[in-house]
Amino acid sequence: MIVVGGGLAGLAAAMRLAEGGASVLLFSTVPVKRSHSVCAQGGINAAVNLKGEGDSTQEHFDDTIYGGDFLANQPPVKDMCEAAPEIVYLLDRMGVPFNRTGEGLLDFRRFGGTKHHRTAFAGATTGQQLIYALDEQVRRYEVPGRVEKREAHEFLSVVKDGAGRCVGICALDLVTMEVTTHTADAVILATGGPGMIFGKSTNSVNCTGSAAAAAYQQGAVYGNGEFIQVHPTAIPGEDKLRLMSESARGEGGRVWTVKDGKPWYFLEEWYPAYGNLVPRDIATRAIFKVVFELGLGVDGQPAVYLDVSHIDPKILDKKLGGILEIYEKFVGEDPRKLPMRVFPGVHYSMGGLWVDFQHMTSVPGLLAAGECEYQYHGANRLGANALLSCIFAGMRSANTALAHAKGLDRSAAAADAAFTDEKRRQAAKNDEALARSGGEDLWQIHKELGEWMTAHVTVVRKNDGLRATDEKLIEFADRLRRAPLGDTGRWVNQVLPFARNLDNMLVLARVITLGALRRDESRGAHYKPDFPERDDPNWLKTTKARHTDAGPAFEYEAVDTSLIKPRARKYDVEKQSGTVAPAAAAAGAIG
Amino acid sequence: MSNARPHVTVRILRQDAPEATPRWEEFRTPYRPALNVITVLRDIRQNPVTVDGVRTTPPVWESNCLEEVCGACSMVINGKARQSCSALVDHLPDPIVLQPMATFPVVRDLIVDRSRMFDALKRVMAWIPIDGTYSLGPGPRASEETQEVRYKLSTCMTCGVCLEVCPQVTRESLFVGAAALSQARLFNTHPTGAMKKSERLRALMGPGGLADCGNSQNCVAACPKGIPLTTSIADLNREGTILAIRDLLTG
Repeated sequence: MIVVGGGLAGLAAAMRLAEGGASVLLFSTVPVKRSHSVCAQGGINAAVNLKGEGDSTQEHFDDTIYGGDFLANQPPVKDMCEAAPEIVYLLDRMGVPFNRTGEGLLDFRRFGGTKHHRTAFAGATTGQQLIYALDEQVRRYEVPGRVEKREAHEFLSVVKDGAGRCVGICALDLVTMEVTTHTADAVILATGGPGMIFGKSTNSVNCTGSAAAAAYQQGAVYGNGEFIQVHPTAIPGEDKLRLMSESARGEGGRVWTVKDGKPWYFLEEWYPAYGNLVPRDIATRAIFKVVFELGLGVDGQPAVYLDVSHIDPKILDKKLGGILEIYEKFVGEDPRKLPMRVFPGVHYSMGGLWVDFQHMTSVPGLLAAGECEYQYHGANRLGANALLSCIFAGMRSANTALAHAKGLDRSAAAADAAFTDEKRRQAAKNDEALARSGGEDLWQIHKELGEWMTAHVTVVRKNDGLRATDEKLIEFADRLRRAPLGDTGRWVNQVLPFARNLDNMLVLARVITLGALRRDESRGAHYKPDFPERDDPNWLKTTKARHTDAGPAFEYEAVDTSLIKPRARKYDVEKQSGTVAPAAAAAGAIG
Repeated sequence: MSNARPHVTVRILRQDAPEATPRWEEFRTPYRPALNVITVLRDIRQNPVTVDGVRTTPPVWESNCLEEVCGACSMVINGKARQSCSALVDHLPDPIVLQPMATFPVVRDLIVDRSRMFDALKRVMAWIPIDGTYSLGPGPRASEETQEVRYKLSTCMTCGVCLEVCPQVTRESLFVGAAALSQARLFNTHPTGAMKKSERLRALMGPGGLADCGNSQNCVAACPKGIPLTTSIADLNREGTILAIRDLLTG
């Protein structure tokens, strides 16, 4: 079995595969412990109702569907929410140092888009702590050789047999620059999100979406690409936008700006039912309105205050220490004393490779799990559901891969030719990139890509801007052919893999942009002022993009709303309870 | 402290490959407020021309999260081993001097091979021996006090700074170093992890183990996460002594 990606989803998959008796080859561009999951801060949702608030997995399910503006297929989301308590308990057994109550139980805090304390957390570096726990379990399997790691390897493509089934992968060794091929009964992509397409985001350097884009170009369908989450509170920076977790508001932090010489808590005024804990798309649009429409950014700058200075510093250190340190180190001010200056930043892709409920992509034998697939978050992800979906999806995809391998007809095993051909094709692409010459600059092209995508394909989308962006994307791809790499060496050449990534990012950027152009409505994170309402009759549909040489071809699929009837989504008033259809046959949670 | 300057001067110790001879190269890049070393390196990468006007290859370095939680971007900056993402130009002298960490074999330029650290985690069995990933209910209860101790130890990002500053860790020595030792303590403090406590301690009795610590205390001073590494080592020493006496008595 091959797992590509060593973040939470990939490690969860590798662990479950090894436990199921498979031998696993785990690919990652970085030592897996350094994957982007470390950046997740606030926590992981599980409705265990340890605060006596009457929370339930059903309520978690309803909040998630409602928060996602009804775009997610409901049955897998229900399964995820039902599995959440078991997943958090499993992590607890693995030794994750979750914060505790006085009785020694797991502590839970509030997060956006819910009224319950549902988020388990380890300080404000929960993602780091969860990935370490999974990294440790995978290392345990590494000792007897059940898992072998191929770190410093970049996924280039899948290898398909004559019947179109995925039978392995082609990878680039980032040290020797050799192209290698590897066979597998099944391949699980767990390669994360595409934040780098937007230039600066809260994502890590390796979150380019390149692997998913490569699979897409080999026939895997991409789902709901246009749904990109912009997190309301990040610290602007030249190299990246550093996240200031929603947990700051979960612990009582308030967002404000100055109006008429006084603090104005606009989220609390506009959304009295949820206040500072409205979902991210809502908070982000509110901040945009304050800054750009009302001209009330702090000191005339694109910034508002995120304020925790009224909270006891001892509690802050215990529950939010990790993020406050980030603010202190990078901004040089103490948020225990002064309000933080923040602004929205691209954060997460709800869209990703289309998968069926068991995580198989449209290419048989190729699975996807985690942020690189589209399944759990609809049009907007609720905070602290990402870590959950990564682990749930990783484990479920591993179960599917094991079942797939069992039923595999190996008589039609791919001829070696499929591997030789794919290797030759990828080596030729490398040679083409290394031979590029001309007056263009690939770093400049990446910068312009980020600026265009951020300006036109994030918070506020207009059709003329989207059209112009798509034209630009085509132009960028053309310019890239004339952008020499500046390093043609064959030893730890970092420009070559970035150039390959950038080729793929431009392809995926078109899927995102054209998906947004076509969707004439507003839903979750996708907002068009010219089409301000959600339009269920026309657009309660999953976007499915297929690659063609002429660009993405789109088709649409009905959303499975069999469990909760779609209703208007509002956060200024209390949420009406969802009409829940009788439960379908309960799927085994994490089992 | 603000160190605004007309431009940023950077000296980098370059090395093309593990066996190649290192060389210094100097660059000048545009100054902007709030730059960090990563951004300066990116400027150089985009325009890799030395102060002498010679076009060279773009320097290479490791980085990922850029917010000091992944541990990738460690290097020696003006003589101090640290993360380059949180090294702000406004707080650094001119020129900025960048070198790879010397304890580890250089792969290329500022990239070093830290695989010995991950191998050490295997040696100390840095994991909780769970029975399986199936549903077995919650883990053991823990006090807030224990959680705080364990959380701090668990923020170790295997960045290598503690090994770089340790006089006992060299490319030749077997000493596992403070990071792995502190991880052994982390797992010994968990009720389930403690079931393997003796094995962990015994694994640290032999060559390259606890006895190799020279108590210079450099590690604890250099750790970017403020992990009480020397407290961990003292704790393991104490536990190790108890175990040794017990082994002696029960022969």
